[in-house]
Amino acid sequence: MDLADSPEDAEFRARLREWLGKALPALPPKPSPDDWPGRRAYDLGWQRTLYDAGYADVHWQASPGVRLIFLEETERAGAPYVGAGFVGLLHAGPTIAAEGTAGQRARWLPPILRGEEVWCQGFSEPGAGSDLAALRTRAWRDGDDYVVSGSKIWTSHAEVADWCELLVRTDPEAPKHRGITWLAMPMDAPGITVRPLRTLAGSAEFAEVFLDEVRVPVGHRVGEENDGWRVTMVTLSFERGTAFVGEVVACRRVLGELAVEARRNGRWDDPALRRRLGGLNAEFRALWRLTQWNVSEAEAAGGLPGIGGSVFKLRYSQARQDLYDTAADVLGDASLDTDRPWVHDRLSSLSYTIAAGTSQIQRNIVAERILGLPKGR
Amino acid sequence: MRFRLTEDQRALRDGVRALLARRFDRAALRAAVDRPGRLDRALWRELGAAGFFALRLSEADGGVGLGLPETVLAFEEAGRVLLPGPLVATHLAAGRVPGAAEGETVVTAVDGGGLVEWLTAADVVCGAADGAVPLRSVDPLTPLHRLPGGSAAVDPVAVLLTAAEQLGTATRACELAVQHARAREQFGQPIGAFQAVKHLCAELLVRVEVARAAVYAAAVTADPADIAAARLLADEAAVRGARDCLQVHGGMGFTWEADVHLLLKRAWLRTRRAGGGTESEELLAADLLSRAAR
Ligand SMILES: Cc1cc2nc3c(=O)[nH]c(=O)nc-3n(C[C@H](O)[C@H](O)[C@H](O)COP(=O)(O)OP(=O)(O)OC[C@H]3O[C@@H](n4cnc5c(N)ncnc54)[C@H](O)[C@@H]3O)c2cc1C
Repeated sequence: MDLADSPEDAEFRARLREWLGKALPALPPKPSPDDWPGRRAYDLGWQRTLYDAGYADVHWQASPGVRLIFLEETERAGAPYVGAGFVGLLHAGPTIAAEGTAGQRARWLPPILRGEEVWCQGFSEPGAGSDLAALRTRAWRDGDDYVVSGSKIWTSHAEVADWCELLVRTDPEAPKHRGITWLAMPMDAPGITVRPLRTLAGSAEFAEVFLDEVRVPVGHRVGEENDGWRVTMVTLSFERGTAFVGEVVACRRVLGELAVEARRNGRWDDPALRRRLGGLNAEFRALWRLTQWNVSEAEAAGGLPGIGGSVFKLRYSQARQDLYDTAADVLGDASLDTDRPWVHDRLSSLSYTIAAGTSQIQRNIVAERILGLPKGR
Repeated sequence: MRFRLTEDQRALRDGVRALLARRFDRAALRAAVDRPGRLDRALWRELGAAGFFALRLSEADGGVGLGLPETVLAFEEAGRVLLPGPLVATHLAAGRVPGAAEGETVVTAVDGGGLVEWLTAADVVCGAADGAVPLRSVDPLTPLHRLPGGSAAVDPVAVLLTAAEQLGTATRACELAVQHARAREQFGQPIGAFQAVKHLCAELLVRVEVARAAVYAAAVTADPADIAAARLLADEAAVRGARDCLQVHGGMGFTWEADVHLLLKRAWLRTRRAGGGTESEELLAADLLSRAAR
């Protein structure tokens, strides 16, 4: 058991730190959360900066350990997060890299790395959330095209996306996991209507996407027809693996700020609150160690994050909500003022036990796939 | 960074596990429950011969010359089978009290909180135990005395090794719960197919894995804040784990015959060591301010 950087890792860390020290002061000001075109430009601009410095493909090429250092250092330095690049860099991109043809890789991967194209994820539907395989958006073959009709929901970044990784049903007769196909759909194709949905935090982070006989070339299919479920599962673990690393580092910083604020406003003298902060310190230290453990295990297993990601996600999503509930207790009445820091984060923390597989679904996964308990009838 | 067990660490853990499976199986555990207050001296010497108490003593001093990580793995195994006796105190006394390292001398200590485990059976007591009053211990496998004043300084290594024992007990609670959930049938199916039971088991595992990462990391860094964190998470994993394990066992869980109560009682007892978890929470709260000031 070793927590220290290897000489190569230490060198990577030092070089990255030095580069961040130079690159970050040159960043443009952060756009407001409601300025979507501004946010897209900002996030893509950062990705381009990473590309020029040779860090763009760190999520794909590098070992999990190097990825961890990258996420840790960028967060520590206050660098932007992937933002609108999330699906392209952490989901659709790795899927295409693993399952796409040479031509598909050449067409779609470089623009993701260079920060030129944004992807969104069209998986969930009104009738297919936790039970994703029940999706009903249909696709028919018509010559060299698929014709797609149906609707998707909760599609993050749909308004600013160029491409959508889309799951469609190509064989309604087959068992539900076997009739699904993975398509790359250009978001400017005729027949697509995007209707933004307002979240409880007031902003429009996600949208409904209506598809009315949208034509998608057969060449945009990744993997075989009706093999889309397997294609998706290959990379779904990415989302639950290292996706939250930077956030854990950020939570630890917030915790320190909370302590300072509590000390300033006098609530530090309340032993119950103080001990809760101490308990959260334990919690986030442990989550950081669990991340290091999972990454080391993944590295030993050849790179892919395993179902250990479900264990992490279950605990982390709860811890994040506890953190911001505690922040509200530190703030007191000010926790009702949405202009105060942490109040918006408290609202957005509520999605963590739902998005990317609810906590109940994660518990099913842990119980059935790790502990080997029988599936319910 | 390679934060996983090395081959040697795996071998050491398996060796301790095999020794304990041979010398302290379930029959031995139940026999110990039936003979309260009696320590198995032969087993104690065997542990000594295997190096259990001398793991961190240098080879020059007749020890094994290993570190905290290996010691934590050994104590985790002890916690897994609920091995009775003042293991932490004797381990800490190795090299300082003659015979402790070899398992010839049983050493106990006055805990920071004022409790003394195994006072009557021990050969040597570290700290002044005069005036200690016996308690009717809630844990049938740990006789207890209590000092009116108490509160000596707390050794962080003792806290860490206790956390390692809690981790082992938590792991055992998870294993027992899952075994029972697979085997016991109601309404024509294993109770483990019911989601309410399934989710209890999943949370058991999550707490174990989070505690494991914290305990192993604290063993590597030996940082006081990491040790405090390990303690809090391991206490939680053991106590809540044993509670949930009890719930999964239904009426059987409330009996003396089932082992579940032994897990819970020992876990409760260990949470009181070193003044309880409050100290650790305060340490970690203070750590937030000092890190923010840096
Ligand atoms: C902020 C945010 C962003 C998102 N972004 C995207 C995106 O970009 N693309 C995309 O495709 N999707 C996205 N989603 C959708 C997300 O994946 C789904 O919301 C999630 O999978 C749950 O599906 P659902 O909302 O239909 O809830 P439901 O599946 O209807 O669940 C409702 C409740 O029932 C419980 N439940 C359901 N089934 C079971 C079961 N078998 N056992 C026990 N309990 C069960 C759930 O845990 C939950 O508590 C996003 C969601 C959020 C909140």
